[in-house]
Amino acid sequence: MSSKAKIETKNLDFYYGSNKALKNITMVAPKNKVTALIGPSGCGKSTFIRTLNRMNDVIPGTRVEGQVIIDGVNINSQHIDVVELRRKVGMVFQKPNPFPKSIFDNIAYGLRINGMKDKRKIEEIVEKSLREAALWDEVKDRLRDNAFSLSGGQQQRLCIARSLAVDPEVILYDEPCSAIDPIATAKIEDLIQKQKEKYTVVIVTHNMQQAARVSDFTAFMMLGELIEYGETPRLFTNPANKLTEDYITGRFG
Amino acid sequence: MERKFDEELTNLKEKLMQMATLAEESIALAVRSLKERNQDHAQQVFKIEETLNVLDIEIDNLGMRLFALRQPMASDLRLITSSMRIAVELERIGDLAVNIAERSLELLKQPPLKPLIDIPRMAEIAQQMVKDAIDAFVNKNDKLAKSVCERDDEVDDLNDQIFRELLTYMMQDPKTIEKGVELILVGRHLERIADHATNIGEDVIYFVKGKTIKHHCA
Repeated sequence: MSSKAKIETKNLDFYYGSNKALKNITMVAPKNKVTALIGPSGCGKSTFIRTLNRMNDVIPGTRVEGQVIIDGVNINSQHIDVVELRRKVGMVFQKPNPFPKSIFDNIAYGLRINGMKDKRKIEEIVEKSLREAALWDEVKDRLRDNAFSLSGGQQQRLCIARSLAVDPEVILYDEPCSAIDPIATAKIEDLIQKQKEKYTVVIVTHNMQQAARVSDFTAFMMLGELIEYGETPRLFTNPANKLTEDYITGRFG
Repeated sequence: MERKFDEELTNLKEKLMQMATLAEESIALAVRSLKERNQDHAQQVFKIEETLNVLDIEIDNLGMRLFALRQPMASDLRLITSSMRIAVELERIGDLAVNIAERSLELLKQPPLKPLIDIPRMAEIAQQMVKDAIDAFVNKNDKLAKSVCERDDEVDDLNDQIFRELLTYMMQDPKTIEKGVELILVGRHLERIADHATNIGEDVIYFVKGKTIKHHCA
């Protein structure tokens, strides 16, 4: 593991009320790598990824203990600007959730609320983001169409483009392909693998083959605990933990 | 939890067992045909080899199908890759037994050069190596697999010894050269069989431990 840590959690606990959803998670997401989180439903992988840009803050009655360190800074400390944190650590969700606006405005929106006024600059970033999300060629002639006129897979890539527009450093994917077809899935997987040149990626997926295909490191979680973490090829060919073995070979009853 | 997939893996393992049994049998028959001067045994070896070829292809096809349809992971993945590799080794062992049987048929045309002692001993060790390698596979016993690899030297030594001994016969009397060369080839084929058994041992260690020890097996 030669790469530098971009994200590091140390003894991270998370509670929904009195229910402890994450138990003492100490883990690293290396810079410019894809780290995948796998595990059965309810294992805490989505909760975990949401702690990385404080998306859980909006859920009442939740509590975090331990540290989430990004670029050496604990993001749970008081002086952190959460809006700036979420610009830096973008997120793409399970279901495509474009704004009820045009394709263009979906991407321009984040730029405008960040105070950008220069039209040409905005156009430039919209194109660049759509190109990076491998969507430009499909939508360049219909940028003023409503985003909902796009297919599910296109909508998801639009959401990816939207997250890229504000120049993030980390992109979190929470099951980004669970609502789209295999062809669109393949496009997004391809995209994720290219993105690591520029970004640090963390992805939650229910699809083990997807984790095996796109990630450099894989973390297997169960019942709020991190069971095994390691380089993806090793974890999928020769897991060290019996629980990991049973899960990835489908022996869980 | 028993999976449907496990039935398919069991089927794969059973085919491999069948191949192993036949491969062992063909080594024994080839050498018996030589020792007991019996042509029928040699003919049986040729028949077995055909069955081994068919099984090799079946295992290959089954393995490929399981890769495509099941996307195996972890020990399932290692089981399938190892089975496919072991099948290739067993198929080659069948070919070498055929080579021995062919040499035997040649040798049967003339009176024996000498009573055979070391060649049957070599055959016995090689056969046991194959048997143990497969037992190690079935029982996921990496220690037994390692012991197979270690026995390879013993077979190599016997082969050298046979070579030296036959050389003395051939130097004394050039009329023995033809028979001597045939027997040297038999020794060489048995030595190769032991090498294939060693490869199986290495495949078994990969299957059990997920660790590759090929090419520098002690």
